[in-house]
Amino acid sequence: MGEINRMSAKILVFSTEKISDPAIDMAGLMKLHYPPTVYTISIPCSSGIKPSWILHAFEKGFDGVFIAADGSDCVYGETCTEKTGALVGKTHELMKSNNIDPARLRMAAICSVCSEPFVKQIRSFNEYLLKTLHA
Amino acid sequence: MKKKKIGVYICHCGGNISDYVDVEKVRQAVEGEDIVFLAKTTMFACSDANQREMVNDIEANGLTSVVVASCSPKLHLLTFRNVTQRANLNKYTYVHANIREQASWAHSDNKIGATEKAIHLVKAAIAKANYAEALETNKVKALKSVAVIGAGVAGMKAAISLSNKECEVVLIEKEPFVGGRVSQWDSLSTTTETGKEIVNRLYNDLITRENITICTNSEVISNKGSVGNFTLKIKKTPRYISTSFHPEDLKKAIEVCPVEVPDEFNFRLTPRKAIYKNYPGEYPQTPVIDLKNCTRCGACEKVCPAVNFSEEEDIIEISVGSVLMATGFDPYTPAYGEFGYATSENVITLPQFKRLIDEQSDTLVYKGKAIQNIAYIYCVGSRQAKGDNTYCSRNCCTSTIHAALTAKNKFPDINNFHFNRGLRTYGKQEILYADSLRSGDIYLQSYEDGLPTVTIEGKKTIVKINDILTNGKEIEVEADLVVLVTGMVPRADNKVGTLFKLPKGRDKFYNEIHMKLRPVETVIDGVTIAGACQGPKNIAESVNSALSAATKSYSIISKGELESEPLVATIDPDRCTWCGACEAACPFDAIMKSEKEGKIIAAINNAVCKGCGMCAPVCEPDAINVTACSSTEIMSMIDALV
Ligand SMILES: Cc1cc2nc3c(=O)[nH]c(=O)nc-3n(C[C@H](O)[C@H](O)[C@H](O)COP(=O)(O)OP(=O)(O)OC[C@H]3O[C@@H](n4cnc5c(N)ncnc54)[C@H](O)[C@@H]3O)c2cc1C
Ligand code: SF4
Ligand code: SF4
Repeated sequence: MGEINRMSAKILVFSTEKISDPAIDMAGLMKLHYPPTVYTISIPCSSGIKPSWILHAFEKGFDGVFIAADGSDCVYGETCTEKTGALVGKTHELMKSNNIDPARLRMAAICSVCSEPFVKQIRSFNEYLLKTLHA
Repeated sequence: MKKKKIGVYICHCGGNISDYVDVEKVRQAVEGEDIVFLAKTTMFACSDANQREMVNDIEANGLTSVVVASCSPKLHLLTFRNVTQRANLNKYTYVHANIREQASWAHSDNKIGATEKAIHLVKAAIAKANYAEALETNKVKALKSVAVIGAGVAGMKAAISLSNKECEVVLIEKEPFVGGRVSQWDSLSTTTETGKEIVNRLYNDLITRENITICTNSEVISNKGSVGNFTLKIKKTPRYISTSFHPEDLKKAIEVCPVEVPDEFNFRLTPRKAIYKNYPGEYPQTPVIDLKNCTRCGACEKVCPAVNFSEEEDIIEISVGSVLMATGFDPYTPAYGEFGYATSENVITLPQFKRLIDEQSDTLVYKGKAIQNIAYIYCVGSRQAKGDNTYCSRNCCTSTIHAALTAKNKFPDINNFHFNRGLRTYGKQEILYADSLRSGDIYLQSYEDGLPTVTIEGKKTIVKINDILTNGKEIEVEADLVVLVTGMVPRADNKVGTLFKLPKGRDKFYNEIHMKLRPVETVIDGVTIAGACQGPKNIAESVNSALSAATKSYSIISKGELESEPLVATIDPDRCTWCGACEAACPFDAIMKSEKEGKIIAAINNAVCKGCGMCAPVCEPDAINVTACSSTEIMSMIDALV
């Protein structure tokens, strides 16, 4: 990887096709920069993420996993927030029992116009990961 | 699994991608992959020529999957799915990689990083394509009805167009009267018809149509569902006046009303009563009582039996297949002191000036003073060097010249001085500019770093400029009236946009998916945009976009059914132990208990399942996967991204 990228953490983002993808796309359109080692996988809804995927990402070498959750905007209904919360809680437990710092999994509600909040969250997550993992 | 033969196309997007991402390096990085049969770069992946080449490649080489790495899938996922279909390849074998919004643009500050990221994104797409299967689409019911929000010219014209297509239309207007901004303008540029005449013509057409329901004084307060079936709750505020009224009684009621508030219709130049109508011919014909300002003194009730304070707010629920947003714009309000606004009593805005000249005859008078010299300062609130509104409001150059000419024809004694930043009277509107020059109007010009100044010297208002048309010479005009040519800004009240989660662009107006290729669609499936809510537009442009949005909204629902993605949950019968957790988690009741070969397991109703995947993480034995989003696919993408 190029010199310039050494200072950024590897973050996997789970983002949703209808809600947070547009925000992340618009962040690009507005040239709001964030580290290039942040990769997005699009899924229909944040409440459909399996804890095993997140653990797989850590096992393979990702520093952090960020869930750009639908929050109350979810097109599949209002139970999304609670269900995403539950799967994050479950994953945190699994991370603890595998000796992985639970703070390496973050979640924030990112709506379709939340480009700036997304970039802010990612930058601060990147800083946290660099401080705790690569200091 | 039969070994895949994948074709990969990496787009330059002119230079939008290749200026920051080394597309050739990306190509080289993936061409050696076992399942990649061919990897090419292309200047414009979406061009006809490239699409034809893709079809040839697929057919000639028997490709089993295609990956295009280009812009956001919101723009071209469908384009490339259609290409594969034309080559007789199932469209769900196509996989998209977004290396523009999520690589070249997001990391335009770091070309090496952007290229590395693009390589990983394309590898992840190839990994996904390895598992992509041929699928058949599902059908869901689509209601053949459209809610049009906003009854300005754009919304009214869209409603009429939809009505011609035999589609039920609900036209929802927040204000008590229809017409939007155009009803506020009398004389209009590039037509001899007045704004009010245009609005009346549209309204008279609307009310003859049985398939249009007009709701005035109404606002959408909640929105549920999605394309094909949106359920909207509409709050209807009463007019407090029954529709069967005697005009003379109502006239008296308005006369006796003791309340006076600034009249927003006249941009606060004049007052209006709490019971009012903006102008005599306004539609709907019934006036309204503005309860926020009414003191309930009862004076109107005494002289007019049609006044009825017992009318109650109503909440109605409607279901529609598509929503067309046409909520328009606000004129820019200058900041306190901006070119003397609010600090000098001789300074007004263009909308105010238009109302002023429309309302007066014989001599032009403002605040009791006859007006002779008028200075127009252009681009106020638009093309800002310091400020958020960097865009041009497009319409104001023409409107100002038109208003100045109208004023001169009506009040021959006036002199017009145009302090502009370079005129943008594009197209036929240039004729007006020529007319204005012939009539003796004077044009003075500056750049953004040498804006004119307005100073108050005693009773005089002086406008000064270093005029670049006369080699920077300082020229000053003693103006009786300064007109600030204020542009268009998004509506301050954006509750309805938030309700539908409509994304806004850099200019803060609603954003289309693609300015040129999908100009009236939004990323919210089934919601289209029309008129000035999308950005500054004149009437002709607003109507053009309204007709286009109406056609688009209709085309989505016209068949009465929509093709929905065949992306549903699937159950692995060997793993399922029927614990019922997934049944409880599914928000659509798509899962039920069933029996398969003597074993009780969960079964998915494909017609109801929306593929959200909420059931998958709750399944302890990991028996559930969603099509195209299975653990195998996601994990192989993760492997490719590390
Ligand atoms: C000073 C000035 C002069 C102009 N002169 C000309 C001219 O001479 N010629 C010309 O071609 N154009 C002219 N224009 C441009 C013209 O006014 C616009 O093109 C036109 O008004 C756009 O129509 P619209 O329907 O998109 O928006 P609008 O006219 O703004 O109408 C939008 C409607 O939506 C309603 N609405 C808003 N929010 C909601 C909501 N939440 N729920 C329900 N309803 C809602 C509003 O009440 C309004 O009725 C001028 C503009 C300005 C500012
Ligand atoms: S249309 Fe003319 S006045 Fe309006 S912002 Fe553009 S250049 Fe300025
Ligand atoms: S949650 Fe899993 S095990 Fe339980 S019924 Fe559903 S599919 Fe079967």
